[in-house]
Amino acid sequence: MRNVALILRRELASYFATPLAYVFIIIFLVLANAFTFYVGAFYQRGQADLRPFFMFHPWLYLFLIPALTMKLWAEERKSGSIELLMTLPVKAWEAVLGKYLAAWLFTALALALTFPIWITVNYLGSPDNGVIFASYLGSLLLAGGFLAIGSCMSALTRNQVVAFILGVVACFVLLLAGYPMVLDSFRGWAPETLTEAIASLSLLTHFQSITRGVLELRDVLYFVMLIGFFLFTTTVAVDLRKAD
Amino acid sequence: MIKTEQLCKRYPAVTAVEDVTFEVQPGEVLGFLGPNGAGKTTTMRMLAGFVTPTSGRASICDHDVEDEPLAARQSLGYLPEGAPCYGEMRVSTFLEFIADLRRLEGARRRARLEYVIERLQLASVLERPIETLSKGFRRRVGLAQAIMHDPPVLILDEPTDGLDPNQKHEVRTLIEEMASAKIIVISTHILEEVAAVCTRAIIIARGRIVADDTPLQLASRSRYHNAVSLQLARAEQLETARAALAGLAQVERVELTEREARLTALPRAGAMILQDVAALAAQQGLQLKELHLESGRLDEVFRTITA
Repeated sequence: MRNVALILRRELASYFATPLAYVFIIIFLVLANAFTFYVGAFYQRGQADLRPFFMFHPWLYLFLIPALTMKLWAEERKSGSIELLMTLPVKAWEAVLGKYLAAWLFTALALALTFPIWITVNYLGSPDNGVIFASYLGSLLLAGGFLAIGSCMSALTRNQVVAFILGVVACFVLLLAGYPMVLDSFRGWAPETLTEAIASLSLLTHFQSITRGVLELRDVLYFVMLIGFFLFTTTVAVDLRKAD
Repeated sequence: MIKTEQLCKRYPAVTAVEDVTFEVQPGEVLGFLGPNGAGKTTTMRMLAGFVTPTSGRASICDHDVEDEPLAARQSLGYLPEGAPCYGEMRVSTFLEFIADLRRLEGARRRARLEYVIERLQLASVLERPIETLSKGFRRRVGLAQAIMHDPPVLILDEPTDGLDPNQKHEVRTLIEEMASAKIIVISTHILEEVAAVCTRAIIIARGRIVADDTPLQLASRSRYHNAVSLQLARAEQLETARAALAGLAQVERVELTEREARLTALPRAGAMILQDVAALAAQQGLQLKELHLESGRLDEVFRTITA
């Protein structure tokens, strides 16, 4: 675990050594608030809750998270530093987990910086802070899921642009797995049980059920398993393809 | 000890390394030679556990690189080809990071950090991001990383590439200093380097070992081994000298470099011709600027073996 912490610290520091961290945080905050007030009609609704804030998170993450994860492994392979990292006494899973947690911690920081909107809504009315807390948790889990998918896509290629596009597409498919857009492409030929299984994988469905304020074990477990699966896949990909 | 047994690496299109078997003992400095693309880097990567062999085994200090990768890596300091690094990190933070991963603590940690910084002259660039450094400094940061934990085995892929002559000399001195207690494997295509620092040289061509010997023995395979080279003070004597040398029984052939007024007499197998040539020069009244015995030319051996 010590190696995980060391790699996490190095990664996190590297975000702030470049403009990446600041650009990401600023764009995230600007977009999150713009969507809330202009598209989500925060004031006009006249309700003291943060629904218009959280409902856009999946769409923000869809593009911002792959932009964050595209470099995780692709850059290491491109610059060759993966050869350094993978010949130090570090296990592949430790490196995968360390990098992933750094990215997640960073996203959590960006999310935490949206606190003024929470203060605003509490100033304007008396919202159900339990729901807001659950929503923050749901948003963090959703980001975690996207990060794991993005990390996996980044491990498959040495080209960051390819990693970004693969990440967006994979996140999009999983996000909308429960919606006709994805399901229709399976309905024609796949058995009903498979279609239903795919529908139950929908990130959006699970996210929305958490943001309604119902923190069910089922939904949390879904995210944990999703993250676990993609991190495992990342480890396998890094191990098998590190030298390619 | 480093040991490899029938190490092979095949890619779908090419066989990079084929049937490479060797052992290296402490105190040896092994030079890996070969044309570009011969399989030097792939072999070193397999030793470092970065590339998985298609077949065969490799071990570092009796730890198999496949079965006990962590134990093998702990005994190993490795400088990858091109000395890749985390460019955005400062030199000091990078070295601290390596020291952390190598589990160096307390006084020993401070001593090792001090040692590598002093030995590789990094003090002036400690607070600079690695990507802003010159090629020579980056290579030295890579070397510092490799020797940080004072490992019993060092594998250095082109350690002096990109260094200026002074820095090359520094690195060679460092290697010589460490040589007695360690196993050091370096790859290079600078032949003088092999003669300067290696106690043994393996030449690889097209993925196979084609020669494994001391640099001196390798040089003695040269046509120029024990050849006598002489430079004349007066160019007009060149033709007389050539004819006279060719007349000696033990001389196989005579090579001529007109521009320098230089002649090289190559002996028949095993013959020592220096005395004869010297006597001949006196007898013919040749005015010599220079006369010397060649030990053999590594570059010529290299070309002959790897062609």
